[in-house]
Amino acid sequence: MNNQATYKEKESVVIKFVGDSGDGMQLAGTLFSDTAAVFGNDLFTFPDYPAEIRAPHNTLAGVSGFQVQIGSDKIFSPGDMCDILVAMNPASLKTNLKWVRPGGIIIVDADAFNKKALEKSGYTSDPLEDGSLDVYRLIKAPVATMTRNSLSHLQVSARLAERSRNMMALGIVSFLLNQNLDTTFKFLADKFGSKPQVLEINKTALTTGYNFAETIEAIGSTYKVPKASLKKGTYRSISGNVATAWGFLAASERSGRPLFLGSYPITPATEILIELAQQKCLGVKVFQAEDEIAGICSAIGASFTGSLAITTTSGPGLSLKSEAIGLAVMTELPLVIVNVQRAGPSTGMPTKSEQSDLLQALYGRNGECPAVVMAASTPANCFYYAYEAAKISMEHMTPVILLTDGYLGNGSELFRIPKVSELPEITPPLARPNDETYKPYKRDPETLVRQWAVPGTEGLRHRIGGLEKTDIYGAVSTDPQNHQMMVQIRENKVKKIAEKLPPQKIMGDQSGDLLVVSWGGTEGSIRTPVKALQKEGKKIGHAHFNHIMPLPGNTKKVLESYKKVIVCELNNGQFVKYLRSEFPDISYMQYNKIQGLPFFTGELTELFNKLLETK
Amino acid sequence: MISNRIMQSEEKLTKEDFVSDQMVKWCPGCGAHAILKAIENVFPEIGYKKENFMFVSGIGCSSRFPYYVNTYGVHGIHGRAAAIATGVKLANPGLSVWIATGDGDSMAIGGNHFIHIIRRNLDVNILLFNNQIYGLTKGQYSPTTPIGSVTRTSPHGTIEHPFVTAGLVMGAQGTFFARVPDNNIKLMTEVMFEAARHDGTAVIEILQNCIIFADGTHSQITDKDLRDDFQLHLKHGEPMLYGKNKEKGIQLKGQKLQGVIVGLNGVEMEDILIHDRYEKNPGIHRMLGKMEPPDLPVAMGVIRSAEFETYDDMIEVQIESAREQSDIKCVDDLLKSGETFEVD
Repeated sequence: MNNQATYKEKESVVIKFVGDSGDGMQLAGTLFSDTAAVFGNDLFTFPDYPAEIRAPHNTLAGVSGFQVQIGSDKIFSPGDMCDILVAMNPASLKTNLKWVRPGGIIIVDADAFNKKALEKSGYTSDPLEDGSLDVYRLIKAPVATMTRNSLSHLQVSARLAERSRNMMALGIVSFLLNQNLDTTFKFLADKFGSKPQVLEINKTALTTGYNFAETIEAIGSTYKVPKASLKKGTYRSISGNVATAWGFLAASERSGRPLFLGSYPITPATEILIELAQQKCLGVKVFQAEDEIAGICSAIGASFTGSLAITTTSGPGLSLKSEAIGLAVMTELPLVIVNVQRAGPSTGMPTKSEQSDLLQALYGRNGECPAVVMAASTPANCFYYAYEAAKISMEHMTPVILLTDGYLGNGSELFRIPKVSELPEITPPLARPNDETYKPYKRDPETLVRQWAVPGTEGLRHRIGGLEKTDIYGAVSTDPQNHQMMVQIRENKVKKIAEKLPPQKIMGDQSGDLLVVSWGGTEGSIRTPVKALQKEGKKIGHAHFNHIMPLPGNTKKVLESYKKVIVCELNNGQFVKYLRSEFPDISYMQYNKIQGLPFFTGELTELFNKLLETK
Repeated sequence: MISNRIMQSEEKLTKEDFVSDQMVKWCPGCGAHAILKAIENVFPEIGYKKENFMFVSGIGCSSRFPYYVNTYGVHGIHGRAAAIATGVKLANPGLSVWIATGDGDSMAIGGNHFIHIIRRNLDVNILLFNNQIYGLTKGQYSPTTPIGSVTRTSPHGTIEHPFVTAGLVMGAQGTFFARVPDNNIKLMTEVMFEAARHDGTAVIEILQNCIIFADGTHSQITDKDLRDDFQLHLKHGEPMLYGKNKEKGIQLKGQKLQGVIVGLNGVEMEDILIHDRYEKNPGIHRMLGKMEPPDLPVAMGVIRSAEFETYDDMIEVQIESAREQSDIKCVDDLLKSGETFEVD
């Protein structure tokens, strides 16, 4: 199918599909994104679910959304403001109108804007008629009626027809973006291949929407986002949570250590548990525990027994796991704790993202209790940081806390598929059977790492536990000098990992006026404005941290290389507090946002400009 | 059929193979010493390779156990032994996993893990040292302390209804429950052997004396003069008889168990219940587990050992079948599965 209308080329377009929880917005968004990916656009998607599973029909609480940004250049985020909003009912329009840029296109199902639905969503007058949407290009499509009519020859039930409204809406968007419907048809066939009638219904609705858009004059011109210049290779779209799960599977295969996950469901981390539970074919053992504590404790048991052991959680779960992390530190066992952060404290805002567990990850345990802390920064690189967390954890016999967040975990982007054999080697320090020189706390003098002696191995029976142990021999001890020495050794062991880390990079010049410092899930939303300002010739750089404890060896040098440093975080200033304690000679500014929202390009551009202008 | 994946030993093992070089630091006269002796007796008899035994514990006097026996061991954190052991057994079903725990460790702080490991029927053995007191923290009441007991945290007597361990275990769908007094090493050794042979979670409640903080707490059952009348030693397939001359027996009357004297009031030998430890329905086992003085003796020995599928076996079976059925044989296959596209 070819779109004959004239089109404007655009570097990127942000589209958001919103509707009632049951309206199929996730499917419409996913199909749109996959079609764009096959065409060759780069993209970043983000689903926006309500906390309730199915809130009452047509209410504000029940609005579910899916946002995607597609582009002809590298896309770092799902975008701030939408160019196109598809709203399937009044409630979804009401909650999302603030995210549409003035002049943007709004497509609504006009049939859904009846009196009752308007009242339920708190409208006192019909926004489609009262002129309140005049600054936008409004497309009033009678989606429900058209869907019904187009399907009349198929003799489908009203309910089935109702359920394909999403495809009708997608058809309109496909026309607007000059998408190739054949690609979308192929994805539909993959999904509904076993149900020919459902497939036919969806294809018909999609085509009807496309044709509708072509014939109405309201559309005006359409858009085309040219292909992005991606590196040669095989790609797929991947969410951060799935990428995390797969990173561990890859590390398990590469290291030869079986994978064990002990976990308790918690938003927004559950998808990692769900994903690994589906991969029994690769031998992973997944244990859904009775609580967070059992999740981590089972992982510690599996770790002692020779597995690559993982536990996954979100903030409140990390609190519950604190004591057990201490046990893993004391027993010097490998363990990866994934914290998909969400807005806290306490239950907080479970479906909203935040970076406020950093200090808990660094310090939230009794005693002197050092663990490695690192953070992924894009959905796709969750794969590599999960892999690296597993590698560090096993090679250095230490717990590693890997921080991601709801925004990364649920967000998706394109992922260039690597070959497992090309990933860095992982060599756990396994003790040899019947090694008479084996001692539980004997260490490699360089790395201070003790050996991993797995139960079942001949000639290595030993005991470990949470009580302080003597150096080398591992007998229970309360000796004052020994305790101080062991505390120091555990700390040095973690610090020494810095020697193995890649140096911290600066995106931009190696020196300049303003260095933006960030960590974790904000990389994309900060990179976009920094790059734009660099293009304007501003002397601004970006240092985005993935390794936090220990920090890369050149961190101080990086922080000293610019005149001003601003640390931007989605919390009240936790990383900057840590940097101040590590490098107190440097002067830091900070920008903090705690709204359950990502940084927006607009606010950061304004902030950075102001800082660049002032002396 | 449940598969036992534990490797057998080719050499004949002895007690010395399991004796640790660590100084045992329990109080002299503590019931825990007997439990250690019984383990040293029974481990060589079980037939597994010595490297395939594993001890896991939580916190408390009981939980020092792993340091005192020469096996692989983890001394964990308070209440979490069952959770740690779950990871151990799932990671390597070829290990014979033993948990040393106490009434506080397993029924107070670790109550959740205790009931769930039992519900899942994970193939591990739990030695539950029940001394009805917190010993290591010096004498506070525990979830099994009899109501009214004066302890350091209940100067006016406890006002809590204690757990009956057997009731809790069978309420959690336990498949194996045995009880022994700490002054009967022979019975303890036999019961441990049976626990090792049982596929599934085997709980052995050891009525243990704490000589310092709850001395004599079980004396009504364990004293020489009283034990014949207040202990019923269960043997599979045999009538439930007790008393000095085995003159007393247990009869099911209506919906209750009753202690009766054979030959008195028309009670015949055939009226006495025959013990069937393998019965899947836990009804009689529950009643036996809850018997207590003064009306009834306390049941000792293996009360229940019913065969049900084990969690660790089922997970292996699922993995084997998923491996056979899936086209995804390695992570490269997984990475390329589903929707992918090429960029040239």
